[in-house]
Amino acid sequence: MSIKDQVIAIIAEQAMLEPADIGLDDTLEDLGIDSLGLVECIFAIEEAFDITVPFNANDPKTGDFDISSIAAIVTAVEKLKAEQAA
Amino acid sequence: MNRVVITGAGTINPLGMDVPSTFAAMREGRCGIGPLEIADVDRLSIQIGGQIKGYDEAAHFNRQQIALYDRFTQFALLAARQAIGQSGLSFSGALADQSGVVLGTSGGGLNTQDENYRAVYEAGKNRVHPFIVPKLMNNAAASHVSIEWNLRGPTFTVSTACASSNHAMGQAFNMVRCGMAKVMITGGSEAMLCFGGIKAWEGLRVMSRDACRPFSATRNGMVQGEGAGVFVFEDYEHAKARGAEILCEVAGFAMSSDASDIVMPSKQGAARAIAGAIKDAKLPMDAVGYINAHGTGTAANDKTECAAVADVFGAHADKLMISSTKSMHGHLIGGTGAVELLACIMALKDGIIAPTIGYEDQDPECALDVVPNVARDAQVDVTLSNAFAFGGLNAVLALRKH
Repeated sequence: MSIKDQVIAIIAEQAMLEPADIGLDDTLEDLGIDSLGLVECIFAIEEAFDITVPFNANDPKTGDFDISSIAAIVTAVEKLKAEQAA
Repeated sequence: MNRVVITGAGTINPLGMDVPSTFAAMREGRCGIGPLEIADVDRLSIQIGGQIKGYDEAAHFNRQQIALYDRFTQFALLAARQAIGQSGLSFSGALADQSGVVLGTSGGGLNTQDENYRAVYEAGKNRVHPFIVPKLMNNAAASHVSIEWNLRGPTFTVSTACASSNHAMGQAFNMVRCGMAKVMITGGSEAMLCFGGIKAWEGLRVMSRDACRPFSATRNGMVQGEGAGVFVFEDYEHAKARGAEILCEVAGFAMSSDASDIVMPSKQGAARAIAGAIKDAKLPMDAVGYINAHGTGTAANDKTECAAVADVFGAHADKLMISSTKSMHGHLIGGTGAVELLACIMALKDGIIAPTIGYEDQDPECALDVVPNVARDAQVDVTLSNAFAFGGLNAVLALRKH
């Protein structure tokens, strides 16, 4: 499974939706994922990809990990994986 | 209804080993937060805390006692010795039966759990010390204070996360007020700074890696601390009859539940507890001069707390002072309200308001007088101490100058 599909699967499970119902342009808010749900998603991503995501729930918008849309999250995870491989 | 006064105070916390040294640190705006010195700290992403440094348990307790006293029990016993010593009380006969202990803690003997899980899971041992259960139980501290001082009346432990101490002291206050007890030893204790204790908090992603800066636009989370605060709550007539020195009066208490979210705070829930404490004390809103804030340094708490204070006090919110001493001692979780009550007592007794240190930039959503960085001389007659716990459980105490 690609990184994109894995990220979508994680978010779909959190949102209690089918992966097919998740659009790349959706925001977490669109999918009904609140701040606690977001913390759970980050945890699941870290576990699935064996990476550490720089994320502080006090100010989710700062930091290097872009969570503004599903596509942004996929890109951020791809970047972290690439850094890990380098 | 009996009036209730405080006739003794004791503490051990990151700012000092007793009340005078804690007051001095609060006056100077000193920070007790620093690098954690615990096992496996290199595997933590959060490596700072309000840890009590230079603490030697063997200087206070013998070998048999240490086998039974977790760190949180030790802290409670040391603080209780100071408080009861200051009060001049001794407990025998009818007074012993009419006096008890109610202490708050969230984690109880968490260090004992951490060490022994490590022994059986990591080190593969198949045997633990025979006293692990009585050492780790949440009521160990209250029971040992009761045993050491012959307090034979109502004694129990309250555990409501970050509001544990305030809930405990609220119970003690009402028990003395209604005549159920003459004297209650009350406050709280916490010792959670171990690998498991910090690792669990890391998971929430609300911890700061560098400092606790409540109300500042630059804040980035909370910092854990450890320690205890213990007080002697006494029937006023009893204290007066024996000529006791009275530190201040406990005037009111209120608690509420948000009944909404397990971690996100609610403005309405906090406001109901704040307004309730003032109503319980039968005081006008504008009598309140200082509030020791819950002020955790998280975005969720600080904005909600300031909005609640603004709602309750209206125009008077701009006249009162509100500071968070967590900036100095960290968040003592179940013991935090007890140590923070000291700042309220210092304000009433010494006319000195403890500052919110680490304050850098104003946050328009926290636009109150947060006493930034430097302590202030001010005469206040009534102070409040806020505690808002995970689980949505709120507890606020009102103190009055005596």
